[in-house]
Amino acid sequence: MTGKLTLSRAINEGLRRALESDDKVMIMGEDVGKLGGVFRVTDGLQKDFGEHRVVDTPLAESGIVGTAIGLALRGYRPVCEIQFDGFVFPATDQIVSQLAKMRYRSRGAVSLPVTIRIPFGGGIGAVEHHSESPEMFFAHTAGLRVVACSDAAEAFTMIQLAIESEDPVIFLEPKRRYWDKAEVDTATPLSGALPLDKARVVVPGDDVTLLSYGPLVRTCAEAAVAAREDGRSVEVIDLRTLSPLDMPTIAESVDKTGRCVVAHEAPVFGGLGGEIAARVTEACFYNLEAPVLRVGGFATPYPPSRLEDHYLPDLDRILDGVDRTFEF
Amino acid sequence: MTDSELIQLLTPEGERLAHPMYPLDDSEVDLKGLYRDMTLVRRVDTEAISLQRQGELGIWASLLGQEAAQIGSGRALAPADMAFPSYREHGVAWCRGLEPEKLIELFRGVSHSGWDPAERKFHLYTIVIGDQTLHATGYAMGIQRDGADDEAVIVYFGDGATSQGDVSEAFNFASVFNAPVVFFCQNNQWAISESNERQTRVPLYQRASGFGFPGVRVDGNDVLACYAVTRQALRAAREGQGPSLIEAFTYRMGAHTTTDDPTRYRIASELETWKLKDPIERVRVYLARSGQADSGFFEKISAEADELGARIREACRAMPDPAPLSLFDHVYAGSHAILDAERERFAAYLDSFESEGASR
Repeated sequence: MTGKLTLSRAINEGLRRALESDDKVMIMGEDVGKLGGVFRVTDGLQKDFGEHRVVDTPLAESGIVGTAIGLALRGYRPVCEIQFDGFVFPATDQIVSQLAKMRYRSRGAVSLPVTIRIPFGGGIGAVEHHSESPEMFFAHTAGLRVVACSDAAEAFTMIQLAIESEDPVIFLEPKRRYWDKAEVDTATPLSGALPLDKARVVVPGDDVTLLSYGPLVRTCAEAAVAAREDGRSVEVIDLRTLSPLDMPTIAESVDKTGRCVVAHEAPVFGGLGGEIAARVTEACFYNLEAPVLRVGGFATPYPPSRLEDHYLPDLDRILDGVDRTFEF
Repeated sequence: MTDSELIQLLTPEGERLAHPMYPLDDSEVDLKGLYRDMTLVRRVDTEAISLQRQGELGIWASLLGQEAAQIGSGRALAPADMAFPSYREHGVAWCRGLEPEKLIELFRGVSHSGWDPAERKFHLYTIVIGDQTLHATGYAMGIQRDGADDEAVIVYFGDGATSQGDVSEAFNFASVFNAPVVFFCQNNQWAISESNERQTRVPLYQRASGFGFPGVRVDGNDVLACYAVTRQALRAAREGQGPSLIEAFTYRMGAHTTTDDPTRYRIASELETWKLKDPIERVRVYLARSGQADSGFFEKISAEADELGARIREACRAMPDPAPLSLFDHVYAGSHAILDAERERFAAYLDSFESEGASR
């Protein structure tokens, strides 16, 4: 079946598919049951799959992830919802010290196929702690896979692949894109989907490579359209996977274009852009026409929402980054 | 605390008591076996401390003084029950059939753990304080979903851990979901250098009532009481009566670990007082006085302990360092391009020395 779905609905359909295909799959979190989640991502699932499989938990993030680990040890495949990015930190110990490391610590005896869904990023005019980009805390942690979806079609398959993974997956959902609609082919079998550890070219181009993930993929695609009017051919890549990075796809593009800009909402300092810049420099050194540039959040806490338009990279700031790579 | 609050079936002087709530006949329990267990794990402990002093182990966390709490509760477990330890539960590991050499591996630094938790029904040692209480609770929630009413979970933690948020969250999750989990707190009076007064203003077992499940305090140096109380708590959990908290009131007779120096923070007379309540000695007195064991039995156990000590010593010294490239193993289930590239490069780096004739 093909039809237009919002990104939120597409994840809902993906979760439904996972719940149907494997009776060990569970959903747990705050308000995920009757309410269907504050963004309605789990809407209707408790009604159809029962309170034992779609569990409203006490309001404690460490408790959610810690008990999910115990359920996974028992053979379950929990999908935890962290209600907002800024609320993941109480669970950080369980994620970093336990979830990420248990396979390694047990020398492969233990698998923890736990998915942690986190609505992330800003742009919705929210109060503080509701607009953060905590991805690098987790990308820095060995043992986790970290992925970000960018549109409804991707979200539908990626959530299912994340749940299917034997490794723990941090699944980042661009919350300001929850309401964006796209064509989603729910009939395509999962086996034909692009694997979770691959990036994809969203807009092909020749002059400069523009890398992003999550909410800024759409902004970058719009920037490519705008740049074309100025005669610049921008290749936009949706990274999809932050850990591991799909370096072959990135390097192939930069070898072709000779220029690279990375855009993300997270602060530039210590962000994924820095890691990519180092790796692109190493992999594409002789083909680079300019240094890899980064466009991102500032070295400040996330500002009050009336200032967030200045903080968040928008089309113009991304184009400014693109322009600057041609100044070298 | 009044004496009536402390559940006791065998006094420090070796007198056998009855308790109306926890009836236990001598015929129901292999007391000689419990004596053997406690004596042997104490020997494992002594041997491991020596090995650390000789530079064979990086560190060791001693269980000295807590043998009764661990063996009593450990022997109360049914084969299908799952145990979640902290990092001092060498006695529980023993009851689960785990070879002490597996524990030695961890403290020697050749692995983070050497056993399959599902196979042994004994989870990995957990060093971040209190984290395992949530894993145990989640596991118990899984038992509920499986409809496995012949299984329960026990989780071990210390008095210091009760200050951790995760432990309170575990109490609450277990209570709200009525999960079949027994919280077994070994209150050994000391969290490294901090005494109980810095962790709590109420007796720890009373915490349970605020979460809505029963809590009891048992003489943690009384192996029979620990056995009887744990057996009953596990039975209640299996029967669907939900979680409970057992506070085993005991004493850490040694240092926190081999890196610690307790003379800096506690007075010697305290240790002397607790030595009179030794968990093994009271069983020896009772077994001898009641005619259940003669000197031949005690000599045999002593000889067995010597043999075990020698076995561990030899196994430890013979334990090879792992192969360098094994440090990359088991991070992920599948391939991870970044990690794979690092392994490949490091292997080539190591090989570059081999080609020069140097050894790895």
